[in-house]
Amino acid sequence: MLKFIGNILQNLTHKPATRPYPYQKRAPIAGNRGHLVIDPAVCIYCGLCSKRCPTQALAVTRKPNPNSWTLDPYRCILCGYCVEVCPKHCLSLKPEHGDYSSPNSP
Amino acid sequence: MSRITVIPFGPQHPVLPEPIQLRLELKDEKVVSALPVVGYVHRGLEKLVETKDYLQTVYITERVCGICSFIHSVAYCQGIETIMGVEVPPRARYLRVIWSETHRLHSHLLWFGLLADSFGFENLFMQIWRAREAVLDLQEATAGARVILGTCCVGGVRRDIDQTGRDLTLATLDKLEQDIKKIANPILKDYGVQQRTVGIGRISRELTYERGAVGPTARAAGIAQDLRQTGYAAYGELDFQPVVETAGDCYARLQVRVREMNQSIELIRRALERMPASPISVPVKGNPDGETVSRVEQPRGEVIYYLRGNGGKNLARMRIRTPTFANIPALLAMLPGAELANVPVITLSIDPCISCTER
Amino acid sequence: MIMNLSEIKLENLIGAVAAKRASGYRFVTITCSDLGDAFDLLYHFDKELKLETLRVRLPKGAELPSISAEYFAALLVENEIKDLFGIAVAGMLLDYQGRFLLPEDAPRNPWRRPSGDADPGAAPRKEGSDHE
Ligand code: SF4
Ligand code: SF4
Repeated sequence: MLKFIGNILQNLTHKPATRPYPYQKRAPIAGNRGHLVIDPAVCIYCGLCSKRCPTQALAVTRKPNPNSWTLDPYRCILCGYCVEVCPKHCLSLKPEHGDYSSPNSP
Repeated sequence: MSRITVIPFGPQHPVLPEPIQLRLELKDEKVVSALPVVGYVHRGLEKLVETKDYLQTVYITERVCGICSFIHSVAYCQGIETIMGVEVPPRARYLRVIWSETHRLHSHLLWFGLLADSFGFENLFMQIWRAREAVLDLQEATAGARVILGTCCVGGVRRDIDQTGRDLTLATLDKLEQDIKKIANPILKDYGVQQRTVGIGRISRELTYERGAVGPTARAAGIAQDLRQTGYAAYGELDFQPVVETAGDCYARLQVRVREMNQSIELIRRALERMPASPISVPVKGNPDGETVSRVEQPRGEVIYYLRGNGGKNLARMRIRTPTFANIPALLAMLPGAELANVPVITLSIDPCISCTER
Repeated sequence: MIMNLSEIKLENLIGAVAAKRASGYRFVTITCSDLGDAFDLLYHFDKELKLETLRVRLPKGAELPSISAEYFAALLVENEIKDLFGIAVAGMLLDYQGRFLLPEDAPRNPWRRPSGDADPGAAPRKEGSDHE
């Protein structure tokens, strides 16, 4: 046990390794794939993203129906495949983890 | 008095992170025989692949296992690349090594923590998992996700590790090396740990080989087999030597994994140093037509992918044999003769991963 | 292409497997695919990191001899094949009766195809046809 003394002292004198989540959130790490966003002004509703999405999380409609792009956040696995294939580069993944606990949150 | 009692060990048991049942036949406190019962988490992934195109399948293979996911995608992508004759750029091969080894690190740390938990050493479990957090943060910073990285693709990798990522990796590794040293050395010498592992679950080299065991389970029994020796990805250029112990008991398996953690750190450092500048992926055209077998080394041992495409964009057949599947027959050979109290430790010592066994 | 592949007849299977064992090969696994009219079985063996494969064709309805007497480890994968493809495997050391990998209420032999069914990859599948 003596070999652990350093470790024990460190545990006694240092701050805990955990955070009191959700009161204190960790800053998102740059480059993380946290949630998917679209720039609707650029999107041409070609539907390529929804064809390639491995989990069918995306639904795109266009003329004659009204233009729409919808994401089912519960299906999305944040793989980024849609971001890669979009011809207009209007999709992007942001580092903050999405808060999907209520139906209308982003 | 020697009546045979049958005890179901699992599927819900504090030391088992995943559901498997061992039906143990006991004579007093000693195990006479064990029968594995699996099938609690069969997901039919091999069938699912038939409905996805071969590029989307990369994401399925990553989800075969929640711990060594990146290495699954490496195995799959290498197989497809062989069928389609794609030459992967050198930098991508090095990046695959780096992320494979970070996966091995966090997987071994996870296992080490669970082992500590299995013999009731809660404090150690916490210490180890705290150290493991650093690896997950590193993966999040370099690859964009904590465990399921999504960075391997057919033809190369999706992300590069730039100078900042490189510095961060080296700093994390230095810290981690210190942490492992602080934790592992006292543990390997600890009386209590030795009592619970030395001579427990011993299996001979011959029996291990005959039962087809792979990975650290085989290497702890003196079988110097590691698929990284075949030099896939960039392992051929990193002076890789397998870690071998000969005792074949739980302690030897612990030693192998601790030494492999240090080896992984060393391999990542070497890979970062020798990584050449080049593009990180090549475009892939057409559909796979042909069949191949792809094997790589996971934290738990050899994984084997059989892939067959027939010119369509979906694969005709994909089959995965994961390392735990190969290690269960060896586990069955370790259990007879063991005390009931040691069954959790022995079961954990092969590092069972049930979801990937059943796919 | 698979390296070191040799095609053998079904009746020579046990002999060929025994020869592998005698020359010190480690059993890796068996891969089974349903080709519609027959099953394609690949027996993989490893020796010093060299993979060797035996290919056997099993007509539908025929019985597959178990190699678990030669290699105990083959038992699990033979049970798996029995579960998923409904192949009758004769002489297994331990028979889970088709309930090894699949739970009690799962469909029987989910990966078996009706005879004459085309390879799934050949015909482009409908997008999003995965079961919900
Ligand atoms: S691929 Fe891009 S442009 Fe096309 S529908 Fe999707 S988001 Fe819009
Ligand atoms: S990130 Fe992946 S899963 Fe999510 S919508 Fe895009 S393609 Fe689909």
